[in-house]
Amino acid sequence: MNAEQRIPAIELDFKGRAHNALGDDQLRRNFRTAMDSLMTKRAASFSDADERERLRELGNHIRARALSKLPELLERLEGNLTRNGVNVHWAETVEEANNIVLEIAQAHNARQVIKGKSMVSEEMEMNHFLEGHGIESLESDMGEYIVQLDHEKPSHIIMPAIHKNAGQVASLFHDKLGVEYTKDVDQLIQIGRRTLRKKFFEADIGVSGVNFAVAETGTLLLVENEGNGRMSTGVPPVHIAVTGIEKVVENLRDVVPLLSLLTRSALGQPITTYVNMISGPRKADELDGPQEVHLILLDNGRSQAFADSELRQTLNCIRCGACMNHCPVYTRVGGHTYGEVYPGPIGKIITPHMVGLHKVPDHPSASSLCGACGEVCPVKIPIPSLLRRLREENVKAPDDPHKVMRGQGSKYSKKERLMWAGWRLLNTSPMLYRAFGFFATRLRGLTPSNIGPWTQNHSAPKPAARSLHELAREHLEGKR
Amino acid sequence: MSELFYDAAPNATRVAPPLPKPRQYPAKPSQVYLFGTCVVDLFYPEAGLDTIQLLEREGLSVHFPQGQTCCGQPAYTSGYTDEARKVARSQLALFANDWPVIVPSGSCAGMLRHHYLDLFKDEPETLKKAQALAERTFELAEFLLFVCKAEFRDQGTQVKVALHTSCSARREMNTHLHVRELLAQLGNVQRVEHDHESECCGFGGTFSVRMPDISGAMVLDKTRALKESGAHEVVSADCGCLMNINGSLEKQREALRGQHLASFLWQRTGGVR
Repeated sequence: MNAEQRIPAIELDFKGRAHNALGDDQLRRNFRTAMDSLMTKRAASFSDADERERLRELGNHIRARALSKLPELLERLEGNLTRNGVNVHWAETVEEANNIVLEIAQAHNARQVIKGKSMVSEEMEMNHFLEGHGIESLESDMGEYIVQLDHEKPSHIIMPAIHKNAGQVASLFHDKLGVEYTKDVDQLIQIGRRTLRKKFFEADIGVSGVNFAVAETGTLLLVENEGNGRMSTGVPPVHIAVTGIEKVVENLRDVVPLLSLLTRSALGQPITTYVNMISGPRKADELDGPQEVHLILLDNGRSQAFADSELRQTLNCIRCGACMNHCPVYTRVGGHTYGEVYPGPIGKIITPHMVGLHKVPDHPSASSLCGACGEVCPVKIPIPSLLRRLREENVKAPDDPHKVMRGQGSKYSKKERLMWAGWRLLNTSPMLYRAFGFFATRLRGLTPSNIGPWTQNHSAPKPAARSLHELAREHLEGKR
Repeated sequence: MSELFYDAAPNATRVAPPLPKPRQYPAKPSQVYLFGTCVVDLFYPEAGLDTIQLLEREGLSVHFPQGQTCCGQPAYTSGYTDEARKVARSQLALFANDWPVIVPSGSCAGMLRHHYLDLFKDEPETLKKAQALAERTFELAEFLLFVCKAEFRDQGTQVKVALHTSCSARREMNTHLHVRELLAQLGNVQRVEHDHESECCGFGGTFSVRMPDISGAMVLDKTRALKESGAHEVVSADCGCLMNINGSLEKQREALRGQHLASFLWQRTGGVR
């Protein structure tokens, strides 16, 4: 299939986008190669399985404890940040969060914003919003810079441009920046860095995300490998950090194991090149740093997940991306197929809370429940169980009095409900089941050769000549 | 590392909680139940019969309750939890004696051993029964290896075999190494690795019909890896995966086929049908 034949992705649903992605050999090679390499790196960095499992267990406990006292920790965080001179803002929706950013920008007559990597700002579509108000918003993370240059969205939460190989980036830089075509990765990075360097000094505002917000000390912790995070948060006169309300941890000691889990799970790194700990604006005797620091704490559906003790575990996530790196579905369809900010297994369990289950009705089903995601999750989110739970919410009747989430029941179908009732009847009535088995085996010659989606990938299944019920009875009775 | 394991646990212990211990296996019983599974029942009954014969050769008396149907997994994983619970309840009633329940499938064994506990979490009395059942539910390979302490003597000719382990055997039952150990007992069987061996074959129950494009891409990759491994035969301890892999191979008009571990073991060790 060539590009011209494709329907623009925006008009397709999940299955349509998946179909196209599966037919794109280049895309599939890019993802497979990248994910294989990431899986190998992670495995190498956790060479001691016992240590890995103990650390994961600890990470799970730290996150569970933080969530168990989330309101209290958020208040403490706000108090300590305020004491440190940071302005704390609360936003229930992305619109509110964007308006807070705009107000700060307008107060400073800002024309240019430079951004470190932040998935929450992707939730907000901050670039688009600011540009609508005449403010340039430029990504400084190399991967984010590449996708922004190509008017795309990130396809991975850690490596936004992972769907492109070096040749594709070379062409993009050549076309958009007018530089000489080169596939040399070091040269490409140098080109990007040169372009960005002057932007750090021109920008009126730097925006960043937050990896961990420490309640005890009022510290915003930010990890990165390119130095752009430090530049974005340290050079412009104003720094705005945006984060989800679940990112709070109780104290600094909690950060140590979580940080180790994060960097090893994400990239197989013992630690990132930069670990920024931001505890306030420039002090009187300091030579650098922003004069003003803001933190925007965004809800955007998180409190809906928080309200249910099972679904709350979704909020354990520390955004390492290991679940997508190990996911056989993500590896094949890529991040854009999911059509939302967060792709892969974590995207499937968190997006329904952000946009409503009705907006992503196929997400919970797009998994073989193989369990690879849950196996590698550094904070032990039981992703397969949560996917199953979302399937349950997805088929709930519209009049179900138990309201758990926005858009629940989006896959409710009387026909399917009836089918499962029939299945239940068959499997709770031994006589009926054995009669079914008898006829299915005796009439096996009549098995249709086209059984919808199954025969798309398989020959038609043919029942055996006799069922195990019959063979076992005969065999075991013969013994007596 | 140990200094990092401080007071993170809610109960303020200074160390990370101990990891769950590996499963402890009981002494060999004299009688067992077989839970055959619905896929084996209709599509691979010989795998069920070979399971019975393997267990009998170990000196066990095998009981096959004729009331058994399906473990309930298809409805459970599709989100029809109430329907799954009703089917699970009917199966729970069939295994009244405290004999071990042997399941020739990691997936269905995982359902009995782990997910029944979720299904009945709000029914204390039934939960007790489900817990008792979970305790005595064994996937075939682990039961042969650790309870029967079976020793197999290979009587077959030289053969290269690729092993496909189901995701539930690997991640829910932790039995993926057990089948390797059993195959290693067979002197003329050479187990060959295949590319991305630990990756899902794409079956996933209803996933294979709800998302046929993605599932199809997965099984194509899996069958390609199996073909390229140089194996003459494929062995798996799960018939769901086998239906997927064999159905795909047949559609591709490939000669390679997979068979159930029980049938493979039975045939290699002198069993006759």
